[in-house]
Amino acid sequence: MNKLLARLMPNNPGRAVVIGVPYLWLVLFFLLPFLIVLKISVSEMNVGQPPFKPLTEMVDNFLNIRVYLGNFISLFDVANDDLYARTYLSSLKYAAWTTIFCLVIGFPFAYFMARARPTIRPALLMLVMMPFWTSFLLRVYAWKAILTTNGVFNQILIGLGIIGEPLHMLHTPFSLMIGMVYVYLPFMILPLYANLVKLDGRLLEAAADLGATPWQRFWLVTVPLSKSGIIAGSMLVFIPCVGEFVIPELLGGPETLMIGRVLWDELFSNNDWPRAAAVAVVTILLIIVPLAIFNKYQAESQGERT
Amino acid sequence: MSESSSGTAASAPAAAGGANKTAADARFLRIENLVKEFDSVVAVDKVSIDIRKGEIFALLGSSGCGKSTLLRMLAGFETPTSGRILLDGRDIAQIPPYERPINMMFQSYALFPHLSVWDNVAFGLRRAGLPKDQVADQVEKMLGLVQLKQFAKRKPHQLSGGQQQRVALARSLAKRPQLLLLDEPLGALDKKLRERTQLELVGIIESVGVTCVMVTHDQEEAMTMASRIAIMSEGRILQIGAPAEIYETPNCRFVADFIGNVNLFKGKVVEDAADHVIVDTPECRHYVGHGITGTEGMEVSVAIRPEKIRITRERPGGAHDGFNCVEAEVADLAYLGSYTIYHLKLATGLLVKASIASVERLPDWQPTWGDKVFASWDEYAMVVLTQ
Ligand SMILES: Nc1ncnc2c1ncn2[C@@H]1O[C@H](COP(=O)(O)OP(=O)(O)OP(=O)(O)O)[C@@H](O)[C@H]1O
Ligand SMILES: [Mg+2]
Repeated sequence: MNKLLARLMPNNPGRAVVIGVPYLWLVLFFLLPFLIVLKISVSEMNVGQPPFKPLTEMVDNFLNIRVYLGNFISLFDVANDDLYARTYLSSLKYAAWTTIFCLVIGFPFAYFMARARPTIRPALLMLVMMPFWTSFLLRVYAWKAILTTNGVFNQILIGLGIIGEPLHMLHTPFSLMIGMVYVYLPFMILPLYANLVKLDGRLLEAAADLGATPWQRFWLVTVPLSKSGIIAGSMLVFIPCVGEFVIPELLGGPETLMIGRVLWDELFSNNDWPRAAAVAVVTILLIIVPLAIFNKYQAESQGERT
Repeated sequence: MSESSSGTAASAPAAAGGANKTAADARFLRIENLVKEFDSVVAVDKVSIDIRKGEIFALLGSSGCGKSTLLRMLAGFETPTSGRILLDGRDIAQIPPYERPINMMFQSYALFPHLSVWDNVAFGLRRAGLPKDQVADQVEKMLGLVQLKQFAKRKPHQLSGGQQQRVALARSLAKRPQLLLLDEPLGALDKKLRERTQLELVGIIESVGVTCVMVTHDQEEAMTMASRIAIMSEGRILQIGAPAEIYETPNCRFVADFIGNVNLFKGKVVEDAADHVIVDTPECRHYVGHGITGTEGMEVSVAIRPEKIRITRERPGGAHDGFNCVEAEVADLAYLGSYTIYHLKLATGLLVKASIASVERLPDWQPTWGDKVFASWDEYAMVVLTQ
C-alpha cells in the first residue's frame, strides 16, 4: 500500500493529479458499478422494488449477511437447464469466429495499407474509419435490408441467374457473422496497421538475403514481429463480441444464441435482476482471462524493447 | 595477364590451367555498364568493375553517390535498369535474392529482434534445408569465429553495438557465400571501437577466404580494410586502384580532394616534355618530374599533399632553383601530437596546407604565427590533374 501511495504521490503533485484522474474515473465508473452488479448477483430475487433482496439483515441483534449463490449455481446447473452453458459456449464460438475472420481479412488489408506509398496511407486509413461516421445501428439495419429474402443481395443473385429461388440468409449464423465481421473489422485493422507500418523493411530484405522465400518471410518475420498487433486487434474484436447484443438481436436468429440477448431477456422480460447480474459477472470473468494473458504478454514485450 | 579464358576455368582444379584460372579469378565478379535509374535520378551510371576472387574491395564515396544502390543490385534488392552482373561467369540478373550465393551484412545489421543470437545465425542455414546437426555445427563454428559463443541465447537488443555487428557478420558468413557484401559495416560503432574492429573484421574475412565488396564513406576505413578501392561520385566510378595508388596518383581533382587533404594550384602547361612538364600558376612555376598526356597551353591543376611540403626559413637552393617554391606567411597552425598542420598564406591570397611530422622532440626552429617562411617541394611530389 505504501508502495502504491509512493507511486501515486511522487514529489511532483502535478504528476499525481494527472495520474490520479484516470484512476478516479476508473474507480467511479467501472469498479463501483461492477461492485454493485456483483452485490446484486449474490442477492435473492424480489418481486417489488427494488427487484432484489438486501444482503444484510438484523435479526435479534444479529447482523446476518446472506450471500445467495443460487443465481450462479443455476447458470452452471447443466443437468437442469443447459441454456446458459450453451449460450456461453455459443457466444465464445461466434466471438472466436468473428476474430478469426477479422484477422484473416484484416491482415492483408493492414499489410497492404502499411506497404502503400506514404502519401496515400492517410487516405486509406480514412477509408477504414469511414464507417464510424454513420450510426452503428443504421449500418446494421442496412445489412438487414441487403440480406433479407427479397433484399438487394438476393435480387442481384437472381438477376445474374446464379440462383432461382431467393436464399434465406437473414437471421441465420451467416447473417450474424457478416454483421459482426463487418462492424468489428476496423478494430482489427487499425492496431495491425499501426504495428505493420513500423515493421522494418530491411528485416524482410535480410530474410530474403538469407534464402527465405516470400512465404517464409511472411511466417518467420512479418507474423512474429506483428504479434503484439495481432493480439491487440484480436482482443479488441473478441472481447466486445462476446457480450454483443445489438447485432445478434437484429441479424441473428433463434439458433444464434448470444449471452447479450439472454441477459436482456433476464433483465427486461423476466425482471430477474440478480440472475441478469450473475450472467454479467460470469461474462466479465470469461473476458478477463484472455485480457490477463494479453496484459502479461504486453508487459513482457515491453521489457524486450527497452 | 591473359585475356583468353573460359567460364569454367574458375571451377577447374588449380593445376589444370594456371593462366586461365587467374584470368577468371581476376574477374570473379564482373560488373558491366551497370545503370540504375530511380524515376529521374540516375543513382548508378554505367559502372564497370572487375573484382578478384578473395579480395576485399571497397566502394568509397560521399553520401548519396549510389554506393548502397550498387550493392543492393549485387544482392538482388534492386533490378538494374541496364547492364550485367556476372558472378563466376554466370549472369545473376534474373536470380531472386533468396537464391543468390551472396550474403549481405546490412548497414544497421537488421538482426531479427525476435530471434536469439543462435537462431539469427542459424536462419540462413535452416532455409537452405540443412539437417539439424549440420546447422548446429556451423552455427557453433561461426559463433566461435566471432567469439560470441557465450551470448548464443541472448536476444540482439541485449548486446552491445560491437557484439551486434559481429552477430551480423556471423549470420552473413554462415552460409559460406561466394560473395560477401558489407554496407557500412562499422558505421554504427564509435571511433575507437571502429579502429579496433576494422582489422578484426579483415582477419575474419580473410580467414574465411570470401570475396568481399564493402561500402563506406570513411576513407580511412576503406584504406585500412580494402585491397582495392573504387571512388564513386554521382553514380560514376572515378578511379579504381590500391589505396596507395589512389592516394599518390589520383586521376582527377575530385579524387585528390576526396582522399586526404590536398593543395591545388590552377595554371597552364608552358613546357611539355617526355620526362617533365612545367606548369605556370599565379603562385609559382612548377617543375613536375614526369610527363603527362596533355599539350602546352592546357589548363591543369597541380596537386600537392600537405605532408610533401617542406617549410624553411631561407629560400632553398637545389637542382630546380626557382621552381617549386613559394614565399608565405604562417596564418595558422595546429599541433596534433604526431604532426603539426600549418596554414600558409601566399601573396595571391591562396591558403596552402602543410603538415610537418614531429620527428624531433625539441627542434631548433619551429615556424610560428606570422613568420615569413618558404614552402617548397620536390619535383616528384606533385600530380598534374587534367580533369
Ligand atoms: N528507392 C529509391 N527511390 C528513389 N531514389 C532512390 C532510391 N534509393 C536511392 N535513391 C537515390 O539514389 C541516390 C543514391 O542513393 P544511395 O542510397 O545508393 O546512396 P549512398 O551512396 O548509399 O549514400 P549513403 O552514404 O548516404 O548511404 C540518391 O540520390 C538517392 O536519393
Ligand atoms: Mg548507403
